[in-house]
Amino acid sequence: MLSIDCPHCGQRDETEFVCGGEAPTGRPPPDASDDIWTDYLFGNANPRGPVHERWLHAFGCRRWLAVERDTVTHRILSVRDFADAIGHRP
Amino acid sequence: MSGFRLPSHPRNQARALPFRFDGRALEGRDGDTLAAALLANGAGIVGRSFKYRRPRGIVGHGFAETNALVQLGTGAGSTPNLLATRIPLTSGLEARSVRGWPSAAFDVGGIVDRLSPLLSAGFYYKTFIWPHWGLFEPAIRRAAGLGHAPVQPDGDRYEARERTCDVLVIGGGVAGMAAALAAAEAGAKVVLVEADPWLGGATGAEGASRLAAMERAVVDSPDIALMRRTTAVGYYDHNLVAACEEVDSPGLRQRVWKIRAGRCVLACGALERPLLFGGNDRPGVMLAESVRHYLARHGVAAGRRPLFVTASDSAYRAAIEAKQAGLDVVGLVDLRDAPGPLAEAVRTLGIELLVGHDAVRTRTRRGRVSGLDLLDRSRGRSIEVECDLVAMSGGWTPAVQLFSQSGGRLRYEEGIGAFVPEQSVQAERSCGAARGVLDLDACIADGRSAGLWAATGKEPPPVVRVEGERAAFRLPGAAKAFVDFQTDVTVADMQQATCENYRSVEHVKRYTVWGMGTDQGRLSAVNGIAVLAHLQGRDPGAVGTTRFRPPFAPVAFGAIAAGRPAGALFTPWKRLPAHDWHEAQGACFEDHGWLRPSHYPRGAETMAEAAARETLVVRHGVGLVDSSSLGKLELKGPDAGRFLDLVSLGSASRTAIGGARYNLLLDELGILFDDGMVARLGADHFLLTTGSAHAERTRRWLEQCLQCLWPLDLVVQDVTGLWATFTVAGPRARSVMERTGCDVDFSRDAFPHHRIRLGEVAGAEIRIVRASFTGEISFEISVRADQATSLAEYLMLCGEADEIAPVGLEGLDVLRLEKGYFHIGSDTDSRTMPGDVGFGSAVTRKPGDFIGRRSLLHPAASASRRPQLVGLQPVDPEAVVPIGAHVVGSAPRRSRGVVTSSAFSPTLGRSLGLALVEDGRAAIGSEVELWSEGRSWRARIAERTAYDPTGARLDA
Repeated sequence: MLSIDCPHCGQRDETEFVCGGEAPTGRPPPDASDDIWTDYLFGNANPRGPVHERWLHAFGCRRWLAVERDTVTHRILSVRDFADAIGHRP
Repeated sequence: MSGFRLPSHPRNQARALPFRFDGRALEGRDGDTLAAALLANGAGIVGRSFKYRRPRGIVGHGFAETNALVQLGTGAGSTPNLLATRIPLTSGLEARSVRGWPSAAFDVGGIVDRLSPLLSAGFYYKTFIWPHWGLFEPAIRRAAGLGHAPVQPDGDRYEARERTCDVLVIGGGVAGMAAALAAAEAGAKVVLVEADPWLGGATGAEGASRLAAMERAVVDSPDIALMRRTTAVGYYDHNLVAACEEVDSPGLRQRVWKIRAGRCVLACGALERPLLFGGNDRPGVMLAESVRHYLARHGVAAGRRPLFVTASDSAYRAAIEAKQAGLDVVGLVDLRDAPGPLAEAVRTLGIELLVGHDAVRTRTRRGRVSGLDLLDRSRGRSIEVECDLVAMSGGWTPAVQLFSQSGGRLRYEEGIGAFVPEQSVQAERSCGAARGVLDLDACIADGRSAGLWAATGKEPPPVVRVEGERAAFRLPGAAKAFVDFQTDVTVADMQQATCENYRSVEHVKRYTVWGMGTDQGRLSAVNGIAVLAHLQGRDPGAVGTTRFRPPFAPVAFGAIAAGRPAGALFTPWKRLPAHDWHEAQGACFEDHGWLRPSHYPRGAETMAEAAARETLVVRHGVGLVDSSSLGKLELKGPDAGRFLDLVSLGSASRTAIGGARYNLLLDELGILFDDGMVARLGADHFLLTTGSAHAERTRRWLEQCLQCLWPLDLVVQDVTGLWATFTVAGPRARSVMERTGCDVDFSRDAFPHHRIRLGEVAGAEIRIVRASFTGEISFEISVRADQATSLAEYLMLCGEADEIAPVGLEGLDVLRLEKGYFHIGSDTDSRTMPGDVGFGSAVTRKPGDFIGRRSLLHPAASASRRPQLVGLQPVDPEAVVPIGAHVVGSAPRRSRGVVTSSAFSPTLGRSLGLALVEDGRAAIGSEVELWSEGRSWRARIAERTAYDPTGARLDA
């Protein structure tokens, strides 16, 4: 069971979180092509190694977190609040 | 085999404990394990094997056991398949062998062994094919299996606990104790778990004094939390170790621990390997270390005349201790060509030492060992040795199960003929016998450096392993040399699997069932790999191991479930705030996540009759519906309107204060996932209602959009539980409301359809929404949840003159069907887009971006043959078509859709339905066939709204 260091709550067990899958790099603009939009909806890099994911601390601060996780070792490389990670907050 | 108790051992003076085994009354001593007590009573046969039902005796001790499986206790508390070697003897203990009838010693099924030439690997797969496996399965299943799981609920109590520590040491042998002490000295908080009630592991007489000193230091250390009788069973990500503590007190049977450790030291020790020779499974063949264990720990001799057979140095010490305990040691057979370093000591004690001999096959008398045939390799001569106990040692297999579970990589170590940890993935290190270090001094030194590493993180210097020579592997020639005792897999089975081209170790395992017993191959894995490697002409390291999976030892289901809600708490009902009031009204309830009233039968009414009456009450008078389960989310902040515009199909920002609109929520695929009302309470304050089942999911979805897509200035709060809502619906609803004395003007002009008003009734603050799911005038009145019953009673009082009656979900479902209103999730599916349910124009009309918009512009969204929601009117007005029936086209005959809602309308006196039908809107007016489970009906496709299509009643 993973142990995730929530930036708001501290080190917590995986059972408090919900994995939201690979984090998309950004919502395409309304006039994006079908290909770009389809890739946004369904495309996953599914890498062997570090992957950027979105995790919800559902039984904690209820914040979405940007988690970088190595799919081989399950090591957590970084955890940030998602809004901070995409530059939504200073 | 004729075990007995040593008179001189202190255990002999311990309190006598009566117990029963297979119905026989026996006596043991306080401190015995069940296995020790059985051996002391001379019990030879304690079980029957899985397939051939061969008699089997105790082969080992602790976890190194595979034959002595017992069923403990009777009734609900009975537990199958426990290792007799791990059960502490208690007074009155009742145990049965899990195989064999009427008893293990005399088993009528033993005849199967005579048929064994027919029962080779893959026998079932090849034999029970024609005409059908199902024909044979019941009989085979009856004959198979081990103990019996009780059918009653488990009456025992279990507990789940968590703890964290700097350093977790698994195993309380000398290596583990050395690691714990070193880590504690370096300042770490240490937890030491040990499966046995005692410390010391496999350390024999030669280490007794050092052992005692270390044990004292461990017990006295304030920084070491010692957990005895606690078995680490699983190693999970990020150094989480699950351990099961045997408490066995009247109030608590087991406690499951989840231990999160900063660093972990694996000092799990090693298990002795059996040797492969003919009849090596006979009662009276034991592991040499186990013979020594029973002598030293329990003062029990497993036999009077033991013969030791060994492939390495380790059994020398066991032979010496047996001789010193007074047993008539027949001899020590070393399979190697040269004797070990303790040869002189053995000879001095008068033990005959035979070097360069092979064990060929056991001889038996009445099922038990009476001798062993040896082959003198240099002279090519057979020798027959008489004995009542064969104590064998094939070398040591490090217990790498937990290491392997942690993700670490193993390596085959030629020196010990087994697999050892090679590369760690998590913050753990193995030490001592668990990594192939067998010498006592080296184990202590290895444990110390692992403990230092665990406390400080500094890599320790490697400890030099001290190893002797090991006998070369020779494939036994005799029949029935068993690799896996419990699952009855012989060397011959593996030869056959190899002939049939099974090469992968995982495939051979499944084909022969080698290693698939309750011990998960603890004793058999390495021997099996050695046989396969020999047969395939490969290195054992190249053959590799099968995967080790948790749990290392069986754990009771009750312990796994400990700390989790069970029974009524497993998925607790959500009860409406006025639940008791509904009960007093005689409501019947349905499970919708919430317990909601389905109908309120009067007299002998059936559900259909009550629902019909309640439907007509709303159509012609006034009804009261509890709508409290509808989700209620409040959005507040300067950007609340803008945010709602982005996440829904409606345009909340253009709603006037006091206005309310019907609203659809889509996901990014453009698929409908919730609907409800959006009401504007203030310039920056909105109320969003959701379906009863959708509140939590919708709140989560809005939060996700807010945090990850549009970080706007607002907050979303779920207030579902804070408010109770009652809906007064029907043509006389206004009359009821006007009688409440509420300060809101209920006239048509002041409070038209789709508005929200705040007010006060009888001193209570209320919110009233005019929205309708019935097609009649409706007022949805919300109060603080704790005032729910008062409100219901007051509304019933105010409605007395209008003969108001409570209405349940069944009636409500008919009412909404008559109007063609849909339920998201039952009338829509995972492909339904707004255009499919008649909201296409809302998409094109709405300016600006919103969730799902881009997907609705994709060609797939406007492709032909999309399922569209339409009404159905069966040609036979009495026929209520089952939901799920197929809509069948004419030619070709194939399913073009499904019926999603169906009921008899008492208002219209005919049956009605809704269906998702390919290009359904274009088919309105045509007749189709409906089909379900062999029955069929004719029906006309119609507009969805069957009653009051103009909505005149709604706006009255």
